[in-house]
Formats: sequence, structure tokens, C-alpha cells
Amino acid sequence: MASLLSVIVSIVFHGLAYAMVLYVISVGLSLTMGMLNFVNLAHGVFAMAGGYAALWIMKAQGAPFTLALLMSALLVALASIVLERLLYRRLYGAGELDQTLMTIGLIFMATAAAHFAFGPLPQRVDLPPVISGHFFVAGRDFPTYRAFLIAAGCVMFLVLWFGIERTLVGARIRAAVDNRSMAQCVGINTSRLFTTVFALGSGVAGLGGGLGADIIAIAPGYAMEHLIYFLIVVSMGGLGSITGAFVAALILGIGDTACKILIPEVGAFFVYAAVFVVLLIRPAGLFGRTT
Amino acid sequence: MKMLSKIAFGVVGLHALMVAPASATDQVIKVGMILTLSGPSASLGENIDRGAQLYFKQHEADLPPGIKVEIIKRDDTGANPDIAKRLAQELIVRDHVQFLGGIVFTPNAAAIAPLATQSKTPFILMNASTSNLTRLSPYIARVSYTQWQTAHTLGQWAARNGFKRVFIAVSDYAAGIDSEKAFEAGFAGEGREIIGHIKMPQTTPDYVPYMQSIKDAKPDALFMFTNSGRITTAAVKGFAEAGLSQAGITLLGPGDIASDEELDNMGDAALGTTTAAIYAASDPRPENVEFIKLWKKAYGEDTVPSFMAVCGWDGMAAIFSAIKAQKGIVTGEGSMQAIKTWTNPFSPRGPIAIDPDTRDVVMDVYIDKVQKVGGKLVNVTMETVRNVRDQWKVLNPQ
Repeated sequence: MASLLSVIVSIVFHGLAYAMVLYVISVGLSLTMGMLNFVNLAHGVFAMAGGYAALWIMKAQGAPFTLALLMSALLVALASIVLERLLYRRLYGAGELDQTLMTIGLIFMATAAAHFAFGPLPQRVDLPPVISGHFFVAGRDFPTYRAFLIAAGCVMFLVLWFGIERTLVGARIRAAVDNRSMAQCVGINTSRLFTTVFALGSGVAGLGGGLGADIIAIAPGYAMEHLIYFLIVVSMGGLGSITGAFVAALILGIGDTACKILIPEVGAFFVYAAVFVVLLIRPAGLFGRTT
Repeated sequence: MKMLSKIAFGVVGLHALMVAPASATDQVIKVGMILTLSGPSASLGENIDRGAQLYFKQHEADLPPGIKVEIIKRDDTGANPDIAKRLAQELIVRDHVQFLGGIVFTPNAAAIAPLATQSKTPFILMNASTSNLTRLSPYIARVSYTQWQTAHTLGQWAARNGFKRVFIAVSDYAAGIDSEKAFEAGFAGEGREIIGHIKMPQTTPDYVPYMQSIKDAKPDALFMFTNSGRITTAAVKGFAEAGLSQAGITLLGPGDIASDEELDNMGDAALGTTTAAIYAASDPRPENVEFIKLWKKAYGEDTVPSFMAVCGWDGMAAIFSAIKAQKGIVTGEGSMQAIKTWTNPFSPRGPIAIDPDTRDVVMDVYIDKVQKVGGKLVNVTMETVRNVRDQWKVLNPQ
């Protein structure tokens, strides 16, 4: 009985931590893809950039972890505004193929640039001592970093949910997404709004990259290797849904962990099987709106 | 500034390639190197390439007069046999290479093997470590190592050193399964037990759940094989994060899981990891001290060569010696004759030789433990096992 309980605790704890990593690196994509209707495959580039920036700020400037995370998210958001104005904007109305080609191209360029600047090896992550050890609850030890991830992921979810669902800016964003011309008619500057959403999505991605750096290592191939996870979380949750991405990440994280612990032989397949099942039943994703 | 100088260097290098064709009297021997230079395992290919290039630059002048060697590099992007085969075909048919070399992943080597046989092109494996590969073509020779050489030796060592209950977790592909079998064969015996097996996907971001269930099985040691590089770093971190070291479990594995260049990224999580390795950067033999000096000069003070780099160096050394032995007329058969009997007592990793019967390498295997020396994590050699041959070939005669 005790061992069964301990297995369940392991699954829930580690599953939650993995779910939060999936969530923080993917939710930004749900924002840009769902709200701007833009197939931004280069999403991982922003997460990777955030990771490199956060680690560099910590190493070179000696800044504390949380400050480095926030600064890197801000940097990535600012950089993404430049990209949005220069590149993305031109393709807002274009077909999906054009958007895909451009963003895949961005991935290749970012991968080469990161390889050139930082080398092929993953970046070393030095977590502050406060969150790098273990803590004990009821005779079991838990890694503190994972507990921190769980907390940070939940906070991020609440802030985003509140921002989009309960504030005026959020209402404007939702209005512009639902009916852009009507929103423009009532005086909403949709162009600026879209830039804001893009910067928000990218900034959140940058934050996620830095936050999850100790689990999903920051290396040049990041954007391409993990693309499948971003897309899975977003399509399973439903485009543009903050809650959907959260629930999808929870299902995937906890399910994947449960399989790895209970039936390791099929551990690798769970994620894909889950996507199949969900999309068969709900093609628009768990919280997606069918049009 | 550093970036600018890199660009400048690249431009100058490109220029040199364009304006300096071999003069008419020179014979150019082309070596096609197929390596994984992008994707999650990019660091592996890059290390082999750097080791090979370093040997090339250092010994270019020793080639017989009138002979030049040109290295043509291709990226197979990972364990992709179809891409590797296509690249090999292009190198053989279009570029007319006289040697093929490199190869990180076993499946890629297996795909190229028939091409090497048909075109009689010597094919020098500088990593790909599954035992049976050298049997796939008489033109394959391996300078790196096999999983059986390291994992079997480690199994015997674990048996000698009082380990009783071992759990095995390996990457689910040829080399992982090879290393699992090899360790079991070396470890088997009275009173010793393998208490569990897990085959893990070749890449997965999160290893902690596996480690958690291994911890719950309470073994003395975990034998693990994952591909060197980012994947192993994640696995070793998972080992520490799930608290296996505190639970008194020793992490064992082939040298792949404690590659010198990755130790810094693993951090203290790697402490105590015990491996059977073919090379340790901390090896004090003079050839290695010289090698490290050249390496740091070429690639930067803060870089460390890995065992892959040494395999690249050795592979190029074998190719150079074959060219020199043939006095000007280089043929596939001639090169294989020379490589089959090649020995090098002065490799940075210690004495190595090719076994003429199997075309596989014979070398010393080092039992290393990751320790902190002067604030830095290094592999410290505790024991040396001399002249290790591939046991799989002994147990599975042709």
C-alpha cells in the first residue's frame, strides 16, 4: 500500500513538473497561433533565445535566477517586436505554406547562429542553491527545482488567464481576434494590438525557455527538436486557449510520466497516442472553437 | 570580436580553397568524412571532425612528396541510414574518394557497408560501436571501440568489486542493446543478479520518471547507456535529481556517459559515475599531454577533447599510415592491407592496434571515476585493463 502511494506521488509530482515545462514553453505559441492566426513554427527560436539570454545574464552579470528570467523575457519580447515589424507583419494575410516556409527558415538561421555563437554543446545551467537541492516531506525527498517549476507554471497560467479573460486589454485582443474589421470600426488599433500579442507570446516563450533550461537543455537544435512538443500541446489544447494548453500539458506530462514509471516499454508512445485520440474525438482540440 | 575573427577566418579559408588547387603533378587523395554535424548529436560529429582535422594539420607535411590529402565533410544529421547512404554514394561516385570515414551512428555505417564493398573503398569507423559492423564489409575497419569492449569489461569489473544487484537502463537501439548484453555477459555469475531492465527512447527530455522507478527497485548500481552529449547530460541530471546517488546507487556505464567535454554541463550530478572508457583527457602520458596542448591551441583554452575526438585523430592516423605505406599508388586493397596490420603505440589514448582477423581495434580500457580535482570535474583512472579485444566476436564466431 505504501509503495502504491509512493508510486502515485512520484507520478503526480514528476508529471506536474514535466507538464509545467511543456506548458511554459508552448503557451506562447498558442497565443500567436490562435490569436494572430499565424503558423509560427519558429516559436522555439524565442524560447531558445530566452534560455541563452537568461543563462548569459546569470553567468556574465551575476544576476539572480528570477531577475535573469524576467530580463530575458523582456529582451526576447523586444527583439520579437522588431521581427514582427520586419518579417511577420508581411505574412499576416498570407497562406499557411508561406508562413511555414518563412518560420522554418528562421529556425535554420537561428540554429546556425546559435551553433556559431555558443558551439554545439548544451549550455551549463547553474541553478541558485535555494532551488537546486532536495526537500523532504513525509519521509520522501523531492527535487526543489521541480517544485519551483510547478509553482512558476501555475502562476504563469493564472496571470495569463486573468490578463486575457478579465482585463480590458484582454477583451480588446479577443474582440480583434473574433472580428478584426469590427474591432477596427469601434476604434481599436488592431495593428498595435497584434504586435503586443506577438511580443507577449514571444516573451512568454523566452521566459519558458529560461525556466525549463535545466530539463530541456538550451542547445542550437532546440527550436527544431522540440517543435513537435509545442505543436502537440497547442493542437491538443485548442488554438488560442490558455486553459486548453494548460490542460493538454497536464494530460501529456502526467500521462507520459505515468507510462515511463508503470510501463516503460511504451513510455515513448503515450504522447502520440494521446494526441491521436484527442484529435479524433475533438478535431479542434480540447478547448478549441470549431468554426 | 571573437565572432568577427571567426568570420574572417572562414572567409580566408574559403578563399584559400578556391585559389590553391593542387598543382598538376600532385596526386590528391580524397577522404570522405560522413558525420553527424547538426541535430541533438552535433557535438559528437564535431568532436570527431576536430580530432581528424587536428591530425591532418599536424601531419600534412609528413605525407610523401607529391601527395596531398583533401577531406570532404558531409552531415548525415543523426541516425539516418538513408541520408548516410546517399552521401556515401555521392562521395564515391561523384567525388571519387579513396577513403570513407567518420560515422557516429551504427545504422548509418550498416547502410554504407555494401557501398564500401562494391566500390572497394576502405571505410574507417571512428565511432559507430556495434560489434558486428566490421563483418558487414571486408572494407570496414574500426579504430574507435565496440560496446562489448567497454561494457563487458565494466561488467567483469563490477563483478570483481562486490556489486550484487544491478539495474540496466539503455537507449533502445543497436548500440544500447549491445551494451546491455555485453554488460550482462561480463557481470553474470554466482550470487549476482540483474534486477531489472528498461529500454528508454533514444531521446526524451525527461529521464526522472525512469530514475524514480529504478530507485524504487533498490539496486546497488545502475548500468546505463545513452548517446554521449546532451541526451546523456539529461539522463545523468535525472539520476541525481531523483536522488539515486543519495540512495547509495552507483552509476555505471561505458565512457559515453561521462564524456570529458560534457562533465562541466552535468555539474556535480556526475560525481562518482564509474565508467569503462577508452580515453580520459586527464591521462598524463606524454602523447596525450601533447595532444591536449595542440587541441587547446586550435580550439580554445576552455575546450576539452572527448573520446570521440581521439577516435577522429586515430582514424586519420590510420588513413595517413595507409597512404604512406603504399608509396604513391593508393588502391582500396592496398589501403586495407596496410590498415589491417596498423598499430600505433603512441595514440593519445594509449597503445592501439587493428586485429588483422576482425579489422576491429584492440586497445586498453580504463575504469574511470568522475571526481573533483582542483574544483573541476574530471575522469580519474582507477584501473587499466590491457589489450581488450571485442568479446562479442569471441563468443559469436563466424
